[in-house]
Amino acid sequence: MRTDELIRALATGLGPLEPRAVPQRYATALAVGSLGALAIVVAYLGVNNDLVALSAKPMFWVRLVFAASVAATAFVALARLARPGVPLGHASAAMAVPMLAMWALAAVVLALAEPMMRSMLVLGSTWKTCPLNITLASLPVLIAVLWAIRGLAPTRPIMTGATAGRLAGGIGAVFYTLHCPELEAPFLGVWYVLGMAIPSVIGALVAPRLLRW
Amino acid sequence: MGGIEERLRDPWHAAQAGDGGAYASCLHELAGMLRGYYRRRLTRWPDDVEDLVQETLIAVHNQRHTYDARQPLTAWVHAIAKYKFVDLVRRRAGREALNDPIDDDTALFARSDHDAADAKRDLVKLLATLPDRHRRPIECVKIQGLSVAETAKLTGMSESAVKVGIHRGLKALSELIRRQP
Repeated sequence: MRTDELIRALATGLGPLEPRAVPQRYATALAVGSLGALAIVVAYLGVNNDLVALSAKPMFWVRLVFAASVAATAFVALARLARPGVPLGHASAAMAVPMLAMWALAAVVLALAEPMMRSMLVLGSTWKTCPLNITLASLPVLIAVLWAIRGLAPTRPIMTGATAGRLAGGIGAVFYTLHCPELEAPFLGVWYVLGMAIPSVIGALVAPRLLRW
Repeated sequence: MGGIEERLRDPWHAAQAGDGGAYASCLHELAGMLRGYYRRRLTRWPDDVEDLVQETLIAVHNQRHTYDARQPLTAWVHAIAKYKFVDLVRRRAGREALNDPIDDDTALFARSDHDAADAKRDLVKLLATLPDRHRRPIECVKIQGLSVAETAKLTGMSESAVKVGIHRGLKALSELIRRQP
């Protein structure tokens, strides 16, 4: 087939593009993924019995905003990465802001704490399970988001996969706060960050294979 | 560069709204640019230029929903062209030592080349290997020029199945091209 024949074929029977298709794909993926994360936290990990008491403390909301802002900044970057030729711009710097803010807060808390208390502030009582639980809650989101991106055209697959994982980790962590008893910034700065980093690594590893087009 | 961006902007937007004539003229213009771009870069494999131009045009078509009206069309096409070039080089790298640098210092829109060589790969033959539910809608609508409604009546498929078949079939075609050596 000659190239001008191909062009004629591609242009024949052309329909208008559905401008809402891309946002709808993201919305579907985020809704399905979030439902999966919620189901894992509620049905498998269990909602914290002290949720009402915990939610009275300011750090409960700081923790929620932290996880949500990791997800939000990752989504902005991901939406750019999924389209050819759109530069990341400030989106990559913005992704660092929630982490840096949490580490700054953790440093202040540790500096002000009694030296004896410091290891407790970092380890809490659930450090062994926290990162893997966040990873577990993030998996449905990661699968759904990778499905959404497969319908788009990322030209930087590893970075796109890592960012999809970061988004999934952030959303997984948002739902994990329903289960998690830990409110100290040093704990969040280490174990939540690790829990969100694991899906990011998974995303970066699977993306080159899954996201080719 | 500004000239090409200006020249393509209106027809491209018309094409996004479904104007096939405007779309064909955009693709024709892009094909010339892609050919010039790949000719300058595929000096080791000159016979692959036309194949890669066709592969990239199919990618542009399959991915046209990822174009954001706020971005320059040239940047979008350039990113696709570079991606397809690197993909081809990776496919080849297994068999042949890589001597050409793949850093992207060649401008896509520097010089157009409308002197098409023959493609080595025959898309019609590749198309024939697709399953019926993809192949028949593409043949009827894209090649014979029937409407979606006529194709639906002829094949006994529903109109939405015809549309989905074309869409998925072109993606499958692009997948087949990628798997080829």
